[in-house]
Amino acid sequence: MNKTVLEFEKPILDLENKIVEMRKYSEVLDIDDEIVKLERKVQKLKENVYNNLTRWQKVQIARHPERPYTLDYIELMTKDFVELHGDRLCKDDKSIVGGFAKLDEYKVMIIGHQKGRDTKSNVYRNFGMPNPEGYRKALRLMKLAEKFDTPIITMLDTPGAYPGLEAEQRGQAEAIARNLFEMSKLKVPIVVVIIGEGASGGALGIGVGDRILMLENCWYSVISPESCSSILWKSWDFKEQAAEALRLTAIDLLRQKIIDRIVHEPLGGAHTNPPAMAAHLKMVLKEELSQLVKLKPDKLVDNRYEKFARMGVFNE
Amino acid sequence: MAWFKRSKENIASDSVKMELPDGLWEKCPGCGEIIHKKQLETYLWTCTKCDHHFRIGSQEYISILLDKASFKEYDKKMRSADPLDFVDSKKYTERVSDTIKKTGLNDAVRTGIGKIHDKEVSFACMDFSFIGGSMGSVVGEKISRAIDRAYKNKIPMIIISSSGGARMMEGAFSLMQMAKTSSRLARLAEAKLPYISILTDPTTGGTTASYAMLGDIIIAEPKALIGFAGPRVIKQTIGKDLPEGFQTSEFLLENGFVDFIVHRKDMRSKLITLLEYLA
Ligand SMILES: [Zn+2]
Repeated sequence: MNKTVLEFEKPILDLENKIVEMRKYSEVLDIDDEIVKLERKVQKLKENVYNNLTRWQKVQIARHPERPYTLDYIELMTKDFVELHGDRLCKDDKSIVGGFAKLDEYKVMIIGHQKGRDTKSNVYRNFGMPNPEGYRKALRLMKLAEKFDTPIITMLDTPGAYPGLEAEQRGQAEAIARNLFEMSKLKVPIVVVIIGEGASGGALGIGVGDRILMLENCWYSVISPESCSSILWKSWDFKEQAAEALRLTAIDLLRQKIIDRIVHEPLGGAHTNPPAMAAHLKMVLKEELSQLVKLKPDKLVDNRYEKFARMGVFNE
Repeated sequence: MAWFKRSKENIASDSVKMELPDGLWEKCPGCGEIIHKKQLETYLWTCTKCDHHFRIGSQEYISILLDKASFKEYDKKMRSADPLDFVDSKKYTERVSDTIKKTGLNDAVRTGIGKIHDKEVSFACMDFSFIGGSMGSVVGEKISRAIDRAYKNKIPMIIISSSGGARMMEGAFSLMQMAKTSSRLARLAEAKLPYISILTDPTTGGTTASYAMLGDIIIAEPKALIGFAGPRVIKQTIGKDLPEGFQTSEFLLENGFVDFIVHRKDMRSKLITLLEYLA
């Protein structure tokens, strides 16, 4: 049973608790039929709730504290992971992790944002909010991958690049801009997966690639619903409306042709069954890699360039 | 995108106008001096007393930096399409059409080809007066095409930034303009063509985190606000007042993120000299 229950999940939990309760008495009372009925009801309710989530509810699932993070996926999907640290300039940013790993037959470089699970680990990971060093470490690892002809997988999950004094002093904007510039011409395949929160430039800073995948219950936009609410509605209370207005879910982004593919999550979200989620994501990643590794490096870069060139809607 | 005001400059412009009814006078936000508009124009919208650089638009920069009547504008009619059907307190389409009426501009950047001391350059200049100089699909596309013109004609690229960041009302489309423009600049660099980025007050958010920070040469006007996060957000995050001079041009120079700061009156001559080395 999960510790964190979102508001809209409460009716489901209530029924599930009732079933647990009834099971206790099922040996003395003849209520097996009742239990089966109730189980069916729960399943229906779940399908109903999770297939009709509002945009704001998806944002909440994307932020679920038990959701798998980059290191969980690395653990569940790969073997022989060698984590590499540091940007060789200033320090090692703990909110972006990366290293070589084996995804079955594919040797890859995996890089992703990393959040913590409790107060202590969240402080250690700076809540998944990178400083410039994080982006520079990521770029160093990507260049290393390019040098050794290794495909790159990046995993996006951040509430944003860190808005702090030192971050500005050490060039947060330059670090992100540099990554966009360099990633657009790396001569190895890059598969990007949004696994949680895709908050603005802090996410995009490791998000330029040949294929952009997004897990079903994630959000990706130019600003968080809360910040958007505070700026446009001049109050923090309009986050639901802001989430709707921003069209920030996987389905929205697929329609906008900003992502290429939605990766389905187990019913109830990735956190309800991380091994199943990881197994499915692994299959999808291998499928994508098998296509990309066939392309010549120049073709790969040309396609990537064209892909981003097409993004945007305007009248002339 | 942030519509921040720095406390020092919080002298509301309307109250200034009320004091100065004929609209021919402006109060300097730097030193409080009352300056006649004619004089401001003569001194390229800078204060002769304290060197404060007033915010100006693309039309003014074209007159200051480019050879007379050399500028040919492109993509002038391009306008926002409201891809998200965005509504907050106001419809985005209304916000855009009202701003078009108010400013006479179609979006937050003007692009084209002009000459500097007889040398052709692809030129782009943002207008802060258009929804805070925010970057949406139109800005991204126009900048990208300007970079394409530099690439095809083998001429230098110059971009003047003045922007609160990416435009919220176009959601992820705005975000992607950062990647789009940066990849264009990567291609320009591969062709060994120069790109000069000029930062003016203010340059923040997604604009800074893309083309503004990618110049071969990065120049700033004095005392401009330049950063990634807006000062208000940083202050909220750290729960402390920001140090004096934080996120100014001078701060960026000190920390190694701009090549030099130049007074507006010397900008053109500096560009001429630079172009002798780069093109
Ligand atoms: Zn003055």
